[in-house]
Amino acid sequence: MTFFSHLRKAAIATAFVLGATAVHAEEQYFPLQSYRVGPYAAGGTGFFGGFIDYLNLINIRDGGVNGVKLAWSEGETQYEVEKGVEVYERLKSNPGIAAWNPLSVGIAYAMIDRITDDKVPLITINHGRTDTTDGRVFPYVFPLLLNPYSETSGIVNYIASKEGGLDKLKGKNIVVLYHGSPYGKETIPIYELLSQKYGFELSQIEVPHPGNEQQAQWLTIRREHPDYVVLRGWGVMNPVALKTAQKRGFPADHIIGNVWSNSEEDVIPAGDAAKGYTAITTQASGERYPVVQEIVKTVYGDGKGNLEDKSRIGSVYHNLGIVNGILNVEAVRIAQAKFGNRTLTGDEVRWGFEHLKLDPARVEALGAKDLFHSINVSWDNHEGDGYVTFQQWDGKKWNVVSDWIAPDWKLLRPIIEKSSEAYAKEKGIKIRTAEDADAVVSN
Amino acid sequence: MSYYDFLFVIEVLVGGLLSGVMYSLVAIGFVLIYKTSGVLNFAQGSMVLFAALTFVSLVERGIPFALSLLITFAVMVALGFTIERTVLRPLVNRSPMTLFMATLGLSYIIEGAAQLIWGTQVHGLDLGIDDTPFEVGGILISSFDLLAAAIAAAMVAGLSAFFYWTRIGLAFRAVADDQFAALAVGLRLPRIWGTVWTAAGFVALVAGLLWGARLGIQFSLSLIVLKALPVLVLGGFDSILGAIVGGLIIGASEKLAEVYLGPFVGGGIEGWFAYALALVVLLVRPSGLFGQKTAERV
Repeated sequence: MTFFSHLRKAAIATAFVLGATAVHAEEQYFPLQSYRVGPYAAGGTGFFGGFIDYLNLINIRDGGVNGVKLAWSEGETQYEVEKGVEVYERLKSNPGIAAWNPLSVGIAYAMIDRITDDKVPLITINHGRTDTTDGRVFPYVFPLLLNPYSETSGIVNYIASKEGGLDKLKGKNIVVLYHGSPYGKETIPIYELLSQKYGFELSQIEVPHPGNEQQAQWLTIRREHPDYVVLRGWGVMNPVALKTAQKRGFPADHIIGNVWSNSEEDVIPAGDAAKGYTAITTQASGERYPVVQEIVKTVYGDGKGNLEDKSRIGSVYHNLGIVNGILNVEAVRIAQAKFGNRTLTGDEVRWGFEHLKLDPARVEALGAKDLFHSINVSWDNHEGDGYVTFQQWDGKKWNVVSDWIAPDWKLLRPIIEKSSEAYAKEKGIKIRTAEDADAVVSN
Repeated sequence: MSYYDFLFVIEVLVGGLLSGVMYSLVAIGFVLIYKTSGVLNFAQGSMVLFAALTFVSLVERGIPFALSLLITFAVMVALGFTIERTVLRPLVNRSPMTLFMATLGLSYIIEGAAQLIWGTQVHGLDLGIDDTPFEVGGILISSFDLLAAAIAAAMVAGLSAFFYWTRIGLAFRAVADDQFAALAVGLRLPRIWGTVWTAAGFVALVAGLLWGARLGIQFSLSLIVLKALPVLVLGGFDSILGAIVGGLIIGASEKLAEVYLGPFVGGGIEGWFAYALALVVLLVRPSGLFGQKTAERV
């Protein structure tokens, strides 16, 4: 049956793409550079499934955002940069584009100049270049909730909380096992900085892409006898790390995964070797949150659910997609409050993102209490001070094992500004002011 | 060097050798097809993925382990004969490059078909083999890796016996030596090729199960061909013994290089070190350590 359901989905997707040019004036359009086949399809189907499920919920339950229907179409990228750019070029002429959400560091990098010229927001939730947090230099890029430096700070703060405080980190030995890619290397300097600040010993060990063989790295780790290993992995690297750690006798409950090592797809293949493994997240998993239950009742009840395998509802990637949907929709809603209940331009939606403030009370009103904490985006802070929490795998499901933890934003901000200002100088970019940010292109 | 350092070297070496056996498992599939048809089958990795995904999907649907294994093997037999009928036979007498490109295309088709039929979800695979390490003289050894090595050894012994002591094995060797001469004496080339692709499918199934238990059954399984290629260059494309020895050399040397050279050059070197080593061997012995030397009159 899977074969025919794939065929049906492919036909629907094709029809959507063909028909996508006919977006009506009352529609706000989301072009989706999704990946449903290829090496990272499991993450892609979960994330884009959750995103589409939320957009569907808004359309079915509310009739859109203040009467403006949400529309979308998908282009398959297989997580490949050139295909991502090709899909961008193909879909960018559609009217009413709200924002791009590629969920790919490589594709996002390739799009920065293009979306800046087109004046349309690029959302890189939980990933992307750290310095795009600085909205003074990157007006259209939004690494919402968590940039890589904040993630690093959150992980170190969590380890400190386990040890009894930041002062207890002194003399501890931490190994960072990172993916051999620009994504994996992004946090090397910030771990070094935090190591110097808090006095812990640090080793950073690279795993060559794709990471399906890690004997040498874990032998080195065994020799170092670290107190903790931080796993900054992606794809197959994660279960292999957990399996190899078991082979080398390293306890899973002393391995802390980063935000792209925190899904069911990372632990299920590792079997028992993953029991006790802990990972950072910006959004909790599970179905108990009202918004997820509404999606089950309203969207899946209406036969419009995007996930083929319903057991994946509430999984890490699915819930991340839902949270991403909430943030996108609320940015549109906020922008509508200023510019009117109509189809907005990309620059107007950018303004909406720059005023995206969802406090815990608003998050609760949206049915997402405890699903994620809050966000507070401003014209110059495009991350929005997202809080993190930690979840532990018990062999069957993730369980939250910490409170919401705040990264050390004050420590990180000067480093981010230094990097973004260097980028601005290199590219000849004028640094924006608050007044510049309030000037909006409305046609 | 302290006793502890010495033990560590031995541990890295043993770990590398056991990893090398896993590379050999994939390489053997290449060798089987290259030996009899002169085709470098780039689709071997996709066949590993297809076999493993089929097997685990059947098991997850409640079909018993042994029956799933049998059905998957039957599927691989069908796949082997289909490839022979639809790809190899129409391209007979074409250049090696044409055949290589055909298998490259085939690789994408099999990968796509695997995901189309069984979906894209990642699966765990528990073969019931305990993977907790045991200690021998201060060295941790993985019981799973040891068993994988034993399975690989058994498979090599079985294939060698098959090649040397059966009529069909004799036919394989005749085809490998000279296709035209084999045809002239009445050997049915299509049937032999179909059988060889089936044997490669069986190797893919075994490799898929063992690698799948390590990585999980997911798309990345098809990328293990990248580990087999330097093994083939080093050992020779047409030697099963070469695939084993090549795997051991590559496995051991890349681990030693990663641990002892890696820190001086920023780490993460094992991915390319194996290829660098294979390149050196290629310069000295173009047909690999155990490959058949060929001479052509020009």
